[in-house]
Amino acid sequence: MRAVAARRNGRSGHIGREDPWEVAATVTDPELPTLTLADLGVLRDVRIEDDGTVVVEITPTYTGCPAMGVMRADLVHALHRAGFPDVDVRTVLSPAWTTDWITAAGRRKLVEAGIAPPGAAPVRSPGPVPLRLDATRRTAACPLCGSSDTEELSEFGATACKALRRCRSCSEPFEHVKEI
Amino acid sequence: MGHEETVYEALDHAHGGEGHWAFGTGFDDPLAGVDTTVPDGVDPADLGEYCLMLGDDALVLAQRLTQWITAAPELEEEVAIANVALDLLGQARLLLARAGSVGVLGRSREKATESIPDEDALAYFRDADEFRSTALVAAPNGDFAQTIVRLLVASTVRLAVFARLRESRDPVLAAIAAKGVNELTYHRDHAARWLLRLGDGTDESHRRAQAGADAIWRLLDDLFVPTDVERRLTEAGVAVDPAGTRDEVRSVLVQVLERATLRVPGWPAEAPPRGRLGQHGPELAELLGVLQGLARQHPAATW
Repeated sequence: MRAVAARRNGRSGHIGREDPWEVAATVTDPELPTLTLADLGVLRDVRIEDDGTVVVEITPTYTGCPAMGVMRADLVHALHRAGFPDVDVRTVLSPAWTTDWITAAGRRKLVEAGIAPPGAAPVRSPGPVPLRLDATRRTAACPLCGSSDTEELSEFGATACKALRRCRSCSEPFEHVKEI
Repeated sequence: MGHEETVYEALDHAHGGEGHWAFGTGFDDPLAGVDTTVPDGVDPADLGEYCLMLGDDALVLAQRLTQWITAAPELEEEVAIANVALDLLGQARLLLARAGSVGVLGRSREKATESIPDEDALAYFRDADEFRSTALVAAPNGDFAQTIVRLLVASTVRLAVFARLRESRDPVLAAIAAKGVNELTYHRDHAARWLLRLGDGTDESHRRAQAGADAIWRLLDDLFVPTDVERRLTEAGVAVDPAGTRDEVRSVLVQVLERATLRVPGWPAEAPPRGRLGQHGPELAELLGVLQGLARQHPAATW
């Protein structure tokens, strides 16, 4: 089993170039441009192979996330501009991405963007997945006024990773990154 | 990138400036960098065929669900259905790419040009008789209640398979399944809660939900009978025997229908698998006509 925390491998023999992790870590999510791929936990590993190729490992948030192609292109482009001509962006499917990998900085930036960050992700055990018939019990504080008196409007939002909620205190609707 | 170039220019750049083809723009190999070695003792043809079964179910159901866009009863539900379809499309992309990675492409390569990636060749350039999806996912949507019953049944069946597939000896299938379980759980529970609202709602919604259940239950007949490919791959520790998921599926469905105050229709007698062997009704060909029309008429189109 791989380590669950994102790793960054030190560079060596590339004096004068930027740290490729630092370059890759500046690339932002196309849908949430205030967050970087590192904030989201999508960026799993950046390393320089012996032949100088920068290998970047990313993991999709949702299987069908249409932003993956753009992320890949943005990573290649950013590293090219930083002076790394050979870049190989690889997809890592396992372990599957979880919202628990969104960093503290990422959570803060979500709130600043008016989006409620996810709570702890549900724990998946090996057996059958139990059915949940009652209304969702998720809670999320309003990112605008801080009230915890909020309700879910829809389990699905404008992107695969978000649900739609409303604050009962300030009446504003807001998005919530769903726990997975 | 930002102000210097658009996303599309960046994508073009990443593709060597060779321009986009309409069905591939930005959608590079979803398995890029994934180790696609076939596990020892597994026939690649079987593995590919199995990936088509799981991938085609997802592709066909995604296409059916998107027919609700602009027609769902409320805006939030339209967004929900589109999201469910998108998750399934993502699963289909990985599974079709996995089939392509082991060389299972059927006759699609006779029709698709060289530049078209395997997953797109499989999605757009196979005829109905080469699809391995079940009748459950190909059936027309019917009304909203029937669509919800079908989504409940299809996601319950798929979740039961994927939950077991997490232990597959094929690491690609195991990884797709582990990710898919999170998504499918969300779909199943969403459909189940809708069915409670409909079944235990007004007389009209109850009537429609019951009619939907009666119509969809008939399509359960061949879902739990394994094909030879599934038998061999289950033996090899790669696939899941659908027969082993039947009791779990039945228990979940009965639980939901009873809570929804619906009568549980009689479980149909088992029938040999048809869709898995490429035998389909006219509704699949009709669906594929819409899905594939543009790609086939303009196979190298760009936009």
